[in-house]
Amino acid sequence: MRFGVVVFPGSNCDHDCHYVISTILGQPVDYVWHQSTDVAGFDCLVLPGGFSYGDYLRSGAVARFSPVMKAVEKFAGSGGLVIGICNGFQILLEAGLLPGAMMRNSGLKFICRFVDIRVETTETPWTGDAAVGQVLHIPIAHNEGNYQVPPDELDRMKQSGQIVFRYCSTGGEVVPESNPNGATDNIAGICSRDGNVLGMMPHPERASEDVIGSSDALVIWRSVLGHCGVELPA
Amino acid sequence: MARAKVFITLKQGILDPQGKTLLRALKSMGYDEVEDLRVGKYMEIALEGSDAAVIEKRLGEMCESLLANPIIEDYRMEVEA
Repeated sequence: MRFGVVVFPGSNCDHDCHYVISTILGQPVDYVWHQSTDVAGFDCLVLPGGFSYGDYLRSGAVARFSPVMKAVEKFAGSGGLVIGICNGFQILLEAGLLPGAMMRNSGLKFICRFVDIRVETTETPWTGDAAVGQVLHIPIAHNEGNYQVPPDELDRMKQSGQIVFRYCSTGGEVVPESNPNGATDNIAGICSRDGNVLGMMPHPERASEDVIGSSDALVIWRSVLGHCGVELPA
Repeated sequence: MARAKVFITLKQGILDPQGKTLLRALKSMGYDEVEDLRVGKYMEIALEGSDAAVIEKRLGEMCESLLANPIIEDYRMEVEA
């Protein structure tokens, strides 16, 4: 399964994603420069975290007009698998590939720590190997993760199973105290109607190896590999 | 050369963490008369053209696509052509 990691000016999780995909998942992966207009040959595109274009104006607002994003939009539109992590999620929102918008964290602070998130659906390419209610211990690192979406749109998203991850307690309860940033409904990750586009604030590439604190996010990688008929090497 | 001022504000109903913090800070400084505070963005734009209607239309497009996020923000403008 061939992965492409998109590199914007200011991306800083691109190497982490590349490392996880190549070394831990054992899959072929290339960087895709933001000036590129060709994403042919990839099975999955990763929009990594970072501070694309210095987070100027709004996080992701400028990156969405990078030449590569037209190709990403076309790729996603034809069912291609796209995962946006943190700043990558913000870019997907700004590009309109996912519904909603990001505001500053309710506490106004940059938050960098482990959180727990609950898998809300297994009907996506990204969570097919997980169980509903499964709790993933995974880090967040962001200043704008306060997810907002109009109530009617949120209802539509719930009905079509687009809420993928929600911040929860260690025991898996979705409670206000486990919401780190003020996000609507404790939302940590959502997908497109067809499920092929996933956006999440937590960093799966930082929770894919026990030696750095958690390998809980391997279930996301294993799911998407399985979706493409690839078994994660032991 | 025309000049435009663009004001971008958070939509009603969208919580404004920065505004709330400033409101609390002002109150703690003794400015008890402050009842509400919302933080927005202000832009000064110089651009070619002399037809205010055309400029406003073009600026509207710029706001819709890049300068504002219509999901959470409103915008208004003042154009001096």
